Amino acid sequence: MVERDIELLECGHRACAGCGLAMAARLMLKAVGKDVIIVSATGCMEVFSTPYPETAWKVPWIHSLFENAAGVGSGIEASLRRQGRSEKVVIIGGDGATFDIGIQCISGAFERGHDITYICYDNEAYMNTGIQRSGATPYDASTTTSPAGKHSFGNTRPKKDLPAIMAAHGSPYVATATIAFPMDMMKKIERAVATKGPCYVQVHSPCATGWGFESDQTMTIGKLAVESGLWVNFEMVNGEVTRVKKVVRKPVEEYLITQKRFRHLFRPVRQEEEIAKIQAYADRNAEKFSLDIKQQKK
Amino acid sequence: MRQIIEGSHAVAEAVRLSRPQVIAAYPITPQTHIVERLAEMVADGELNGEYITVESEFSALSACLGASAAGSRVYSATTSQGLALMFEVCFNVAGMRLPILMTIANRSLSAPLSIWNDQQDSISLRDSGWLQFYAEDNQEAMDLHFIAYRVMEDHRILLPAFVCFDGFILTHTYEPVDVPTQDEIDTYLPAFTPYQKLDAQNPLSFGMYATPEYYMEFRYMIDQAMQRSKDVIGKAGREFGEQFGRDYSSLVEEYRMEDAETAVVAMGSVCGTIKDSIDEMRKKGKRVGLLKIRTYRPFPIEEVKKSLQSASTVAVMDKNISLGSRGAVGLEVKDALFGSDISIYDYIVGLGGRDIRKKDVAAIVDLAEKGEGNLFYGLHEEVL
Repeated sequence: MVERDIELLECGHRACAGCGLAMAARLMLKAVGKDVIIVSATGCMEVFSTPYPETAWKVPWIHSLFENAAGVGSGIEASLRRQGRSEKVVIIGGDGATFDIGIQCISGAFERGHDITYICYDNEAYMNTGIQRSGATPYDASTTTSPAGKHSFGNTRPKKDLPAIMAAHGSPYVATATIAFPMDMMKKIERAVATKGPCYVQVHSPCATGWGFESDQTMTIGKLAVESGLWVNFEMVNGEVTRVKKVVRKPVEEYLITQKRFRHLFRPVRQEEEIAKIQAYADRNAEKFSLDIKQQKK
Repeated sequence: MRQIIEGSHAVAEAVRLSRPQVIAAYPITPQTHIVERLAEMVADGELNGEYITVESEFSALSACLGASAAGSRVYSATTSQGLALMFEVCFNVAGMRLPILMTIANRSLSAPLSIWNDQQDSISLRDSGWLQFYAEDNQEAMDLHFIAYRVMEDHRILLPAFVCFDGFILTHTYEPVDVPTQDEIDTYLPAFTPYQKLDAQNPLSFGMYATPEYYMEFRYMIDQAMQRSKDVIGKAGREFGEQFGRDYSSLVEEYRMEDAETAVVAMGSVCGTIKDSIDEMRKKGKRVGLLKIRTYRPFPIEEVKKSLQSASTVAVMDKNISLGSRGAVGLEVKDALFGSDISIYDYIVGLGGRDIRKKDVAAIVDLAEKGEGNLFYGLHEEVL
C-alpha cells in the first residue's frame, strides 16, 4: 500500500526549485517503501542527492555508471535471489540513460526476465549536462544541441516510443505516469513493484530549468501535457493497453506556450505550420488511445 | 586428485570449488570453454549459483558489480574485445572496492582482428585498480583463483582481481592438474563476508560522486590497498603452499637465477619455454636465469630489484606494446633498476599469437649480450 506519510528522500538535497524529478523520487519511495534497493543511473537524480559524504536516500542506494543501471540491477536481483532475501530492486534513470545510452542493458535485463522495476524519470533531454537533446526530446523543442535558429525549429524528430519497445520485450506491466497526478503515479509504481518480472514505468517530470518555466508551474505544466494529448497516461498489461486517462482535450499551444523551449514557435512570428504538426501528434495520440471524453451538448 | 584436463576446465573446476553465488559472463573466444563448463555445472546442480547470461561483457561486469555490492561472491571471465568493452566498469568496480574475480584468457586486441594470444588486453587495464596475476601453466592458473579470492576479500584489501592465462596456449591445452577436494578448498577459502552490502536493514549509499576535496584521497586509498596486498598475497600464497605443497609466497619466481649473468624477465606461459631454453643454454655453459613475474599488479618492485641486482644484462620479453613507447613490463623493470649499471633491453614478442620457441629465447639472450635490444623480435621483414 502507498504510505503517504513515509518520507524516504531526505530534504536538503540540491535539486533546482520546482524540480519535477525530485517530486518523482519522493513519491516513488512512498509507493515502494523501505524493503527496496534503489539503483540509480548517472544523471540529475544521482548528482543532486549524493555528493559525498552526504546522501538524501534513507533506503539502500547504488550508483555505478550512466548506461549500466539495468545491468547492475540484474546482478543485485540475482544476488538477492541466491541469498533468499526479500528486497525489491527498483532501477531509476533519466530519459538519456533510458532511451539512449542504457537501452542495450535495459533490453538485456528485460529479455532475461529479472524481477525488477525500471522507472524512467523523463524530462525530455540531457538536463544534467546542460539541456542537450535525447531520444525523448519532443518535436520542435529547442535544446542546446537542437537549438531553434534561422534554419531550424529545434529538435527535428518526434519522441521515441519507448513504452511500446518495453512492452515488445514481453514485459508484464508497462505504464506511463506524471508527477502532476501523484496518486495515479504512486499506484502504478506500486503495481509495477508488486508484479513479478521486469516492469517499466515512464514518469513525465517537467524540468523548470531545462524547459524554461517558473518553478511554481511544475504541476500545472505536467497537467497541461496530459490535457493537450501530447503525454498519454496509460497502463499496459502483458502488451495490451488496459487503462487510459481520458481528457477533455485542450489545444497543444496552451501547453507549448508555457515553456521557453517552444517560444520560437510563437515569437517573433507565430509558426502555424509547426504548431499544426504538433497538434497532429496529439490528434494521433487521441485516436490511438481514444483519449477524448465526449462532451454532451447542452 | 590428479586429472588430465583442459586449461579452461581446470579454471572452471577452480571456480566451482570457490562457490561463487553469482556468475555473469558473455562468450568470447578463447574464454568460451570456461563459461560453457560453468553453465553445465549449474545445469547439473554441481554449482549452486545464479548464472546470468548477459547480452554483453559490459553488462556481465555491471551485473557482477551489483551482485557483489549486494553481498555475494561473484565471478566472470573474458578476454580481449570483451575486456575492452568492460573498460569503464573495470575502473568503477575497483573504485567501489568490490572484490570481483575475473579470469582473463589473454588475447590480442583488434585491429587487425586476431583471436590469438598476447597480453595486450589485461596489460591495457594496468591502471584500473585490479590485482593482476599471470599463470605459467594450468595448475598455476587454477591455484591462483583460490589465492585471488582470499586476497581480494580480505577487508584490508577489497580490490578486484584478474587471473590471466594465455589464450589457446593454456586455455585449450590438456595438462595434468591436481584438483583439490571441496573440503580442502572450504578449509583454505572461507565463505565471503562482505565489508558492507546493500541491505534494507542497514541502508547505505554506494557509488556517490566526490568533489575535488575528496577524490584524490579515494584514489590514494586504492593505491594503499594495492601496496598492502603484497604482504597479503605472500601470506595467502605461503598458506596455500603449506596446505597443498605448491608455494606461491613470492610475487615472482626465480629459475636458475643464483649465479645468472644474463636474466630473462617474462610473464605467463612463455616462462615454460624459457625454462627449457635456459636448461639448454646452461648445458652449454651460459649463466642464464629467468625471473618470472606472477603478480603484475601490484608490481613487485622490491623483488625485481633484489632478484636482478647481481645480473649484468637483463632481457625483458613483453607480449604487449605501449605504442609510441615500449613494452609495459620492460618499462617497469627499468624503473625498478633505476640507478644501477645493469644493461636492460626490451623485446616485443609473440603479438597476435606468434610462436616463441626455445631458439627464439636463446637468440634474444644473444642479442641482449651483444647490446642489441629495445626492438620487435622476429618480424617478417618480407611482408613489411
